[in-house]
Amino acid sequence: MFENVPILSFITFFPLIVALFLMFIAKVSRDNAKAQIEKNAPMVALLTSIAVFILSFILVLQFDASSAEFQFVEDTQWLGGGIEYRMGVDGISVLFILLTAFLTPLCILGSMKSITKRKLEYMVAFLILETLMIGVFCALDLVLFYLFFEAVLIPMFIIIGVWGGKNRVYASYKFFIYTLLGSVLMLAAVLWIYGYGAANLGTATTNIEVLSRDLDIPAGAQTWLWLAFFASFAVKMPMWPVHTWLPDAHVEAPTAGSVILAGILLKLGGYGFLRFSLPLFPDASVSLAPIIFWMSVIAIIYTSLVAYRQHDMKKLIAYSSVAHMGFVTMGIFVVNVQGIQGALFQMLSHGLISGALFFCVGVIYDRMHTREIAFYGGLVKNMPIYAFFLMLFTMANVGLPGTSGFIGEIWTMIGAYQYSPWLAAGAALGMILSAVYALFLYREVVFGEVTNDKLTDIEDVTRNEFIILAPLALFVIVLGVYPSLVTDITAASVDNLISNFNAATGQG
Amino acid sequence: MNYQLIAPEILLAFTASLLLGFGVSKTKNRAPLIRNIAIGLLLLYAVLGFVMGSQTGVAFKGAIIADGFSHYVKFFLGVAGAGALLLSKNYLESENLDMFEFSILLMYAVLGMGIMVSSNNLLALYIGVEMQSLALYVMAAFNRDSLRASEAGLKYFVLGAISSGLLLYGISMLYGFTGSMNFGPIADSIAANGATSGVIAGMVFILCGLAFKISAAPFHMWTPDVYEGAPTPVTAFFAGAPKFAAIALIARLLIGPFGGIEDQWQQVIVVLAVLSMVVGAVGALQQTNIKRLMAYSSIANMGFALVPLAAGGEAGIRGMLIYMSIYVITVIGVFACILQMRIRDGMVEQVSDLAGLSNNNRALALILSVFMFSLMGIPPLLGFFGKWFAFAPAFTQGFIWLGIFALVMSVIAAFYYLRIVKVMWFDEAEIEFVKAPQSLRAISSLSVILLFVLILPFTAIPAQSWIAQAAASLF
Repeated sequence: MFENVPILSFITFFPLIVALFLMFIAKVSRDNAKAQIEKNAPMVALLTSIAVFILSFILVLQFDASSAEFQFVEDTQWLGGGIEYRMGVDGISVLFILLTAFLTPLCILGSMKSITKRKLEYMVAFLILETLMIGVFCALDLVLFYLFFEAVLIPMFIIIGVWGGKNRVYASYKFFIYTLLGSVLMLAAVLWIYGYGAANLGTATTNIEVLSRDLDIPAGAQTWLWLAFFASFAVKMPMWPVHTWLPDAHVEAPTAGSVILAGILLKLGGYGFLRFSLPLFPDASVSLAPIIFWMSVIAIIYTSLVAYRQHDMKKLIAYSSVAHMGFVTMGIFVVNVQGIQGALFQMLSHGLISGALFFCVGVIYDRMHTREIAFYGGLVKNMPIYAFFLMLFTMANVGLPGTSGFIGEIWTMIGAYQYSPWLAAGAALGMILSAVYALFLYREVVFGEVTNDKLTDIEDVTRNEFIILAPLALFVIVLGVYPSLVTDITAASVDNLISNFNAATGQG
Repeated sequence: MNYQLIAPEILLAFTASLLLGFGVSKTKNRAPLIRNIAIGLLLLYAVLGFVMGSQTGVAFKGAIIADGFSHYVKFFLGVAGAGALLLSKNYLESENLDMFEFSILLMYAVLGMGIMVSSNNLLALYIGVEMQSLALYVMAAFNRDSLRASEAGLKYFVLGAISSGLLLYGISMLYGFTGSMNFGPIADSIAANGATSGVIAGMVFILCGLAFKISAAPFHMWTPDVYEGAPTPVTAFFAGAPKFAAIALIARLLIGPFGGIEDQWQQVIVVLAVLSMVVGAVGALQQTNIKRLMAYSSIANMGFALVPLAAGGEAGIRGMLIYMSIYVITVIGVFACILQMRIRDGMVEQVSDLAGLSNNNRALALILSVFMFSLMGIPPLLGFFGKWFAFAPAFTQGFIWLGIFALVMSVIAAFYYLRIVKVMWFDEAEIEFVKAPQSLRAISSLSVILLFVLILPFTAIPAQSWIAQAAASLF
C-alpha cells in the first residue's frame, strides 16, 4: 500500500507542518482573527493528531510482522559525509509510533479545558513534540536519531516552564541540563563511532543497520562507548541514581506534559538500549550487565519505598515510574526472549498505565487545584466512575493479572530468573512494594470518610475525561488478556536482535 | 602580474577612498546614501572572487594569495560587513550618530580583513591586521560623547597595541631565523632546519598576537568591556567578521608556514581552546548585560572553533570553516534581535528587560529563542551541525579528551543561553519594546530562516562541497 509513498516522513512531519501553519497564520492575520485562531487551535491540533493516529494505525496493519527487516525504508542524501536521511521501522519501533500517536490526541483533548493561557503556543509545542517523538522511533541514522532525541528537549522545556506549576523554572532547568549532559556524552560516542567507522569500514557512515552489522568495535572501546550511551539513556529512562529530575519535572509539568513524559519520553531510553547498546556494543553489554541489574533492583526497591512516603500524588506516580522502568532495564540486559519481549511490553503498557494515572490525577487537580494526598478522601461517594477508573489503573500499575501491567512484569521476571534467581527475587520484592504504595494511594484518596468539605460537591468525570480514560482502560485490559497483539508484531525483530547478539558475543 | 587576483581589494580600496572624498566634499549629510552604496559594494566584494571565475594564484611577488579558502572567507566578511551596516541604520539615526565615516571605516576594516585572509607574507599579514584594527578602534569609540564608548575604544586600542607589538616581535624573530618574509620559503626553511627554538618563539608570539584578535583566553580581557561599551551595531560587527578573518589567518599560518611543526603549535592551540571554553562558559554565567553575555559567548565559541584547528588536517579546517560560518550568521541574527530591544527612552541591554517578551512580541521571542538554542547546539538547529563538524575531527584525530571537554563545556554554556529563553518565556512582562523597524525584523527573520534552510539536503550538500574545496585549497 505504501510502496512509493514516504509514509513515515509524512506521519512524522505532518504535525510539524500543521504547527508551522498555525504559527504562520497567527502571525499574519489581524488582531480580531487572532483570537479566533487562538480559540480554534486546540481543535485543529486534535484533528491533526487523530489523523496521525489513523495513519499510524494503518501503518501497523500494513506492517509485515513475519519479517525482522526494516520496513517502509526511506533513504535520501542529507548532509554528505555518509550522514543520510534514513527512516524505517521494525517490530521494535513500530508499536512505539502507535503509542505516541495514540497518547497525543488524548493529551490534546485533556488540555482543552485545563490550559487557559497561550493555547496556540501550547498546541504548537505539542504538535512539534509529536513530530520529534515519532521521528526518534523512525530514524535509522545515528545523527538523525540524535537530532530527534535531543530536539525533544526544546518543546518539553517550554511546556514545563510556561504552563507548569509553582516551581516550574527549577524543574525545567533541571530536566534540560540533566538530559543535555547525558546526551552530550552520547554525542561524543557517536562522533567516535563515526570516525572509527570511517577508518575501518572504508566509507564514513552513520547508518544504524550497517554499523550494527559490520562494525566490530574492540572490547576496550566498547566499554567506554557503552557507558557514554548509557549516560544518555539512563538519564532518560530514568534509572536510579540519575532519576531525581523526574519527580520535579512531573510535579511541575501540566497534566498532558506529565503524560507525554511518562508515556513516551521515558521509553526513549529503553528504546535506545535496544536499538544501540545491545547491537553495537554486545561485549560491553554482557560485561556491564551486572551494574545494570544492581541499579535496576535498587531502583525497583528503593524508589518503591520512596513512593510510599510521598505526599504529592504526581510524585508518587513519578517514583513508581522509576520503579517500573527498573523492570525494563533488567529485562533488556538479561538478553533472552522473555526478558526483551517483557521489557518491550512493559514499556508499552507502562506508557498506557502511567499516562492514565496522570490523567486521573489531572481530573481531580483540575477540580481542586491540589495534588496533596491528605486533602482527598472518600471520593468514591461523589465520583463512582472516577473511582472505577482509578481502581483499574492502580491495579494495572500493581501488576494484577488480567491487566497489561502483569504481563510485562511477569515476563521480565521470567527472563531475569533464567539469568539468576536472586535477581528475579529482588524484582519480585518490588512487585509487593508497588502494591503497598499504590493501594495506599487508592485507599487514602478514594475510600474512607469525605475528609474535606470542599469535596462534598465534586463532580464526576466529564464526557471529555471519559473519552480519554475509556480507551486507555480498554487497551490496558485487552493487552492484559491478549498480549499476543503486541508480541506477534515484536517477535521476529526481537528474535533477530537476540540471535545477532548471541552471534556477536559467541554464545548460544 | 594578474591584478584580477586582488580585484576585490582594489575595488574596496578605491571605492572607499572615493566615498570618503565624496562625503567630505559636501556639508550636507550624505550618510544614508553612502551607507547604501557601501552595502552594495560590500556585497559585490563578497561575491567578486567567485564572479571573476574563482581565480587562484599569488600576486605582488608572493605577498598576496587568492585561493578557494580566501574566496570563501571573504564571502562571509563581505556579507557580515553589509549586515552590520544594515543593522546600524536605525541605531545611528536615533542616537544622532549618523555620520558617513561609519560606513567608510567599516569598508576599510573589511579591506584590512580581506588582506589578512589573503596574506601570504608576514608584512602583508601585519598590514592587514593593523588596517582592520585601526578602523575598529575608531568604530568602538564612534559614540565619542559617551564615556563608555570612549573607554571601550581606548581599552581596545591599548590592548590592541600590545597585541600588535607581540605580533611584530614574533614576525621579526621568524624572519631572523628563517630568512624570509614569504610563507612558502618559511615553510621550506622550517622543513630543512626543523623546529629551532627561535622559530618556535616567533610562532608563539605570532599566535599570541592573533589570539588577541579572536579574543581567545587568556587574551580575552578586552572583550566584555569593548562589547559592552561600543555602539551595538559595532559590537555586532566585532563579534562576527574580525573573528572569522583572524581565525582564518591563523589557519593559513598553521597549515602553511608552520605546517612542519604541527606538534609544537597543536599544544598552543589546545591551551587556547581549553582556556577560552572555560572562561567563556563560566564567565557568562553571572552576566546581566546581554552584550557582555554575548562577549563571553563569543569567547567560548572561539574556543569551540579552535578545537578542529587543534585537530588539524583538512577535516579540521573544514570543521572550523563550517563552525565559523554558522557562528557569523547566528551573531548577525542575535544582534538584530538585541537592536530591537528599544523602549521609548532609548536602548536597553539587560537580560531582565527581555522579561515576558513572548507575550508582547511573540515573533521576536521565538526568533531569539531559536538563536539561543542554536548557540547551545541543540538539534535540529544549525548550531548543532556546527558542533558536529567542528568536534568530529577531534574524535578522529586523537583529541578525544578535547572533544569531550568541549561538549561538556557546551552544557555549561547552555545555562546562560537557557536563562535568556527562560526570561522571555517564563517571566512576567515589565516593559514593552517599541515596534522595531522593518529592516531589523527582516534581518533577524532571514538569519533564523537560514538556520533551518541550511540543514536541508539540497542546500547542505552543495555547501559542504564548497567548504571542502575551500579547505582543500590550503594544502
